[in-house]
Amino acid sequence: MTSFPLLLSSITFVPLFGALFILLINGEAVQVANNARWVALWTSLAALALSLIVWFGFDRGSAEFQFVERWEWMADFGIVYQMGVDGISMPFVLLSTVLTPICVLASWDAIQTRVKEYMISFLVLETMMVGTFCALDFVAFYVFFEGVLIPMFLIIGIWGGPRRVYSAFKFFLYTLTGSVLMLVAILAMYVNAGTTDIVALLDHPFPPQLQIWLWLAFFASFAVKMPMWPVHTWLPDAHVEAPTAGSVILAGVLLKMGGYGFLRFSLPMLPYASDIFTPLVFTLSVVAVIYTSLVALAQEDMKKLIAYSSVAHMGFVTAGLFTATEQGLSGGMFQMLSHGIVSAALFLCVGVVYDRMHSREIATYGGLVYRMPVYAAVFMLFAMASIGLPGTSGFVGEFLVMVGAFQASTWLAALITTGIILGAAYMLWLYRRVIFGPLEKEELKGILDLSPREVAVFAPLVLLVLWMGLYPSSFTQVYDASIVNLLEDYRLALQNEPGFSLAGAFGR
Amino acid sequence: MEVAAVILPLVGAIIAGLYGRFIGDRGAELVTCALMLLAAVLSVVIFFDVALGGGERHTELFSWIVSGSLEASWAVKIDTLSAVMLLVVNCISALIHIYSIGYMHHDRSIPRFFSYLSLFTFFMLMLVSADNFVQMFFGWEGVGLASYLLIGFWYDRASANAAAIKAFVVNRVGDFGFALGIFGVFMLFDAVSFETVFAAVPEKSGTLIDFLGLQFDALTILCILLFIGAMGKSAQLLLHTWLPDAMEGPTPVSALIHAATMVTAGVFMVCRLSPMFEYAPDALMLVTVVGASTAFFAATVGLVQNDIKRVIAYSTCSQLGYMFFAAGVSAYGAAMFHLFTHAFFKALLFLGAGSVIHAMSGEQDMRRMGGLWRLVPWTYALMWIGSLALAGVFPFAGYFSKDIILESAWAAHSGVGTYAFLLGIVSAFMTAFYSWRLLFMTFHGPSRADRHTLEHAHESPWVMLAPLVVLAIGAVGAGWIAYDWFVGEGREGFWRESILVLGHDIIEEAHHAPGWVVLAPTVMGLAGIALAYVMYMLMPGLPGALATALRPVYLFLLNKWYFDELYDFLFVFPAQRLGRLFWREGDVGVIDRFGPDGIAAASIRLARRASALQTGYLYHYAFAMLIGVVMLITWYLFVQAR
Repeated sequence: MTSFPLLLSSITFVPLFGALFILLINGEAVQVANNARWVALWTSLAALALSLIVWFGFDRGSAEFQFVERWEWMADFGIVYQMGVDGISMPFVLLSTVLTPICVLASWDAIQTRVKEYMISFLVLETMMVGTFCALDFVAFYVFFEGVLIPMFLIIGIWGGPRRVYSAFKFFLYTLTGSVLMLVAILAMYVNAGTTDIVALLDHPFPPQLQIWLWLAFFASFAVKMPMWPVHTWLPDAHVEAPTAGSVILAGVLLKMGGYGFLRFSLPMLPYASDIFTPLVFTLSVVAVIYTSLVALAQEDMKKLIAYSSVAHMGFVTAGLFTATEQGLSGGMFQMLSHGIVSAALFLCVGVVYDRMHSREIATYGGLVYRMPVYAAVFMLFAMASIGLPGTSGFVGEFLVMVGAFQASTWLAALITTGIILGAAYMLWLYRRVIFGPLEKEELKGILDLSPREVAVFAPLVLLVLWMGLYPSSFTQVYDASIVNLLEDYRLALQNEPGFSLAGAFGR
Repeated sequence: MEVAAVILPLVGAIIAGLYGRFIGDRGAELVTCALMLLAAVLSVVIFFDVALGGGERHTELFSWIVSGSLEASWAVKIDTLSAVMLLVVNCISALIHIYSIGYMHHDRSIPRFFSYLSLFTFFMLMLVSADNFVQMFFGWEGVGLASYLLIGFWYDRASANAAAIKAFVVNRVGDFGFALGIFGVFMLFDAVSFETVFAAVPEKSGTLIDFLGLQFDALTILCILLFIGAMGKSAQLLLHTWLPDAMEGPTPVSALIHAATMVTAGVFMVCRLSPMFEYAPDALMLVTVVGASTAFFAATVGLVQNDIKRVIAYSTCSQLGYMFFAAGVSAYGAAMFHLFTHAFFKALLFLGAGSVIHAMSGEQDMRRMGGLWRLVPWTYALMWIGSLALAGVFPFAGYFSKDIILESAWAAHSGVGTYAFLLGIVSAFMTAFYSWRLLFMTFHGPSRADRHTLEHAHESPWVMLAPLVVLAIGAVGAGWIAYDWFVGEGREGFWRESILVLGHDIIEEAHHAPGWVVLAPTVMGLAGIALAYVMYMLMPGLPGALATALRPVYLFLLNKWYFDELYDFLFVFPAQRLGRLFWREGDVGVIDRFGPDGIAAASIRLARRASALQTGYLYHYAFAMLIGVVMLITWYLFVQAR
């Protein structure tokens, strides 16, 4: 497929090497910090460049795994080291590699303490994220999936705000609890199928009763990551306390791991159980959309508001994925990618003013448009993308999800569509209080507009949001084949097991 | 060419928006106005070529959203219906652009204003030239965005910001229905392009669909959902509350919203979807009832408003009601005709009001005007023309279109048709009354303005008056010029396939309405003018006395039937309260308390207890071991015993 060997492993481990390199830097504190920044930037850009090779070299017509690498690892146990991407995972690799350099840039001036350690954390985090999406063996997947927690825990706990320790532990424990159950499920799968090879497991038919338990265990992990109501409460706290770049990665990539998990494992491997639990997912999604949108309406903290809006947007994703329609799945995928860009950008927007004023309180601001017209325009674009205005990326995902939802259940569609009204309300209300109104506060009168570095941070995101909104085909093409394939298998599996019901599964 | 007519305003918007700082105020004005004028000229050519020459065109630019069988493209589709809209939108918008050069002369952010105006126009053009539901929705929402930006243009005013958000959110409520309608259309037809859907409508007629657990006739429920969208955008009853508040924007914006873009979108949509609505008679009945009720409701509120722009705003609301009930009785041609003529005289009235406000240094309250006709004679004369057209006096434009609408309603011979006809007649009376109330309060009688304002009062510059004159020509002539095309003998050759009417042609029957039906609107209009003359010229004390005597009625009307208060009570406050409740009680009070925090606290307690056991005394440990050994032996013995 490509002449470049070990491409995916390179993307995964280049940041780790960068981190090792930073570790070796010594000398004067200022010098070390500066070098660490540059190394981190170049390393993450290198990973981005490598991932672009994947983007361009990827065969869009195929649903197969591509760029596959495979070695024996623990041969006695049937465990292999295997990497590969299909249309579902490839965009997430790109998402991770695009957001990391942006995060490094965004932290350039904002982080002044322990810069070296900070950059190391970010590069390790990138390795873990990319690895999660590339791994095709459960052992490696689990290592990467869990490994993400450690740098994130440190980033929140060390460089976070005043309540960082509480938030870091809450984040860690919540996600770990879910993951432990997933580990049990992985073991059960291993026992049942005798392999941890994900490609092999995708074709392995699990007995229906086992599927129920496996599904629930996976669900515990992915629902927390997503996060779905009611296990979402770690998210607002984590976001509020995390440094800007931490929030960006958290919202941009980490939340997508839940959705990726549903697409990679729950739906294709456990079709019966997925079908049975669809009403549960729908209910939780609807609650998430309406409940958290209303909560967002009441927030006084900018980051918390955007965090709650993330939960609502993820509600669209889960609803879309479980409609088991092509539009729903496509919409769910697109919504994840779009939200990865848009929420990241919104947190960066908060970061811009936080760096200047050191406050996230909405009430601190007002009338910023007078001093910061460029910032106001950028913020407006992303607010509109979050609202789902056609022409921005936010619309395509939400629209497709709702199209799919209508086919699955009109109740689901009607209830989830209320999200577009509430979304407009809280986002515009936020925008109005921060950007519009008279410029009355003394301390705001000297505030400066975006610096060239900040413009460089936002420019790629602006382009992506518009590109995804105006010509989404270049993104949907990537995963369409995989999704169609997934759905065909899913429907086939359901047909082969008629008359299977929840009562039968629990009633033995 | 048709692509250029759609894209040029966008080009203008981008240039003025992004490079406004470099090309300056004058540069932004010149660029946007020139491009708009060019687009207007092109749309005139297109109108003659497409509507009169029969050269429909359809250009697909590139695909937009593709997912499975859902395929939506960016396209420019021009048939007669779009050509009419293109003409109206581009011409009125070009005139408003030129007018704004004068009106916004003192403003600080001129490039931004012109950029928004052009953007607004562009979205409207995308809406009317769509060949599928999704692109229409793009234009639909885009118009909402542009109106949000323009209504809140003066962002230092709290009221303007509130009005902007209200406009966007209320429109979103309508879009909620529109969106659901699109989803339903896709589910039923497996397509979103107009052509495919319209072709498949007859065979799907009578299909049942399950919506929210109930069985409905598919086309009826879909049309109703889509119509909810139209209600939001066209400010029909229940979703009208944003329109009067939208007056917070600069006056040219009000003119643009009310005459050419935005509010006409709903009427256009119903006409565009006539092939669907025709198979859903129940939905059409709803359209008729809502339209007629709005016409009446808005006219009653217009009677007592004191803000010059609000009077005109409610009149728009009311006139849109006319258009809807015309569409509701299948007289789509009449609806479009009124849309066409209304665009001219409503733009004229708004810009005229803007000219008055400009002269009065920003004063909008008619109670502080009066006797202005000597100071602004041109504006005065032009406002007369606009009002005559609005009231439907022969031979002004409104006469032709309003007459044919009322005759169509009568000719429908149905319950809802008669309801619409009666309310329409009453509203015609009220329309004439409030129009002349406006004229008399503003231009006649003793002046109630303060001396300072009056000293500065001046006629507007030519750059503002010239567009008014053009519009006035339209307000005089548009009716009899276009009569034949829209609703007269030539209507079938004019509309061709762009509008579908099933069964008997209602407009044909309307032409044979009895004499009293034809005369009624004119009589009512003249009576309204006469009453206004009596109340505001002959006996100026009468309105005040009436307001005191009928105080509850007066307050009811003045407060717009208390819709705002009702909605605040029903939706806004509960949403805020629920949000706070879910956050404080739900997230923090329940989930966190019993979830992570609760478990954390419980494990700390457990750990404390456990650590309390570790006393450090040897005999404690020895004792514990002893107990353990005893239990072990006991258990062992029991097991052995069995």
